[in-house]
Amino acid sequence: MKKPGVKTILDGKGVERVLSRLTHEILEKNRGASEIVLVGIASGGIPLSQLIRKKILAIEGVEVPTGFVDISMYRDDLARAGYQTRLKRTEVPFSIDERKVILVDDVLFTGRTIRAAMDALMDFGRPRNIQLAVLIDRGHRELPIRADYVGRNVPTSHSETVRVLIEGDTEEWKVVLTEEPGKGE
Amino acid sequence: MEWRRRHVLGLYDFRPEEIEFVVDTARSMEEVLTRDIKKVPALRGKTVVNLFFEASTRTRTSFEMAGKRLSADVVNFSSSTSSITKGETLLDTARNIEAMKPSVIVIRHAASGAPHFLSRHVSCSIVNAGDGANEHPTQGLLDLYTILKAKGSVAGRKIAIVGDILHSRVVRSDLHSLGKMGAKLWLCGPATLLPREMGRTGATLTCDIREAVKDADVVIMLRIQLERQKTAYFPSLREYSRMYGLNRSVFSLAKEDAVIMHPGPINRGIELSDDLADCGNSLVLRQVESGVAVRMAILYLLAGGSHAAH
Repeated sequence: MKKPGVKTILDGKGVERVLSRLTHEILEKNRGASEIVLVGIASGGIPLSQLIRKKILAIEGVEVPTGFVDISMYRDDLARAGYQTRLKRTEVPFSIDERKVILVDDVLFTGRTIRAAMDALMDFGRPRNIQLAVLIDRGHRELPIRADYVGRNVPTSHSETVRVLIEGDTEEWKVVLTEEPGKGE
Repeated sequence: MEWRRRHVLGLYDFRPEEIEFVVDTARSMEEVLTRDIKKVPALRGKTVVNLFFEASTRTRTSFEMAGKRLSADVVNFSSSTSSITKGETLLDTARNIEAMKPSVIVIRHAASGAPHFLSRHVSCSIVNAGDGANEHPTQGLLDLYTILKAKGSVAGRKIAIVGDILHSRVVRSDLHSLGKMGAKLWLCGPATLLPREMGRTGATLTCDIREAVKDADVVIMLRIQLERQKTAYFPSLREYSRMYGLNRSVFSLAKEDAVIMHPGPINRGIELSDDLADCGNSLVLRQVESGVAVRMAILYLLAGGSHAAH
């Protein structure tokens, strides 16, 4: 059932295909999985990073260290964010020194989240490089940041929001564009 | 849930969800403390003022460390080096500090209610770091946090608090933090230091340490406040130590995996025997560790959002 003003960008199968392509691109560029680690940005990047981890395991037979970062404490708008909400988990239980870190997020928007995530990563060590993989790039960058691996480029207006719903069975997954301003990254 | 509290004056009006919120936030803070770089930029550009009218090393250092780990600037005022010795009133001191635009004032004062009084007169957030015999909310929260970490839960557990209940602000905060999370609390001390009214909190009172410690999961020993013993609440320190000190034989009545806590500083050999203070069941140093994480959580929740400026 389609509500007015809600446009489906990807369904479950679509998300699977896009992630498969992203995984292959990551492996191609890094010549395998031996030096990479995955770090999902809470909350949207966490399930995606797990899915990519599984795909790498299926393709290369390598279990890639996978962690998450919560960037709340690194936000540049913390003082303007209103009331504090609950912090999410940060878990990077491995060294990122001299590793190639693949940051994973669901939607790339202003780039401010990515800036904060990179600052957070630098507090964990000194990675060889940081690469960025996103499911959706919706444009409107406010910082000089671009993704190395993009699932879909989706032109949007500021008044729209991209929602990535990846929970439960693959058939229920979807990425939709809705006409509610505010959120989106 | 969102955090809407501007001050932390006491735990008496904290809802259980708020207590859990602080505990969850403290867990994230503890993760920061496990990193190589133990600092996050969350409170960059904010100032935390420690305004201590009573001697304290542990709590003040803990707040100072917590503020610095969050990148806040921390300024310490202590009564001995400030104009209070020149006769300045509490309100004047606070207003002068407020004029320097801090985000949070952490206050310890010998008078119960001093933080509450300040909160009505200044615009920044106030954190009570101990007011007279009233409350010491961050201690109450860190005690809860330490027990949760060691035991996984507090609901239904027997927790004995032994010592000078009458003068203890730690007890008054622990009663709320542990009591609201469902602990079975036992308060124990000499009759002169065990006010009957404390029974109204739902805690069980006893003058027999053996009864209090029997089958306990946690034993919290309080410091005998030697400076407050000018009035004779008990005949002698030696007698107190013999009747209310925790030693191996009394502690053996507790559960096998029971833990010992103490808010510090310990009077070794008086309320807690030397060997117990350093034994594997003692969580005394873990309390200090938790203290930084819990205080980081409180400072982050109060100074991190924009409501601090309202």
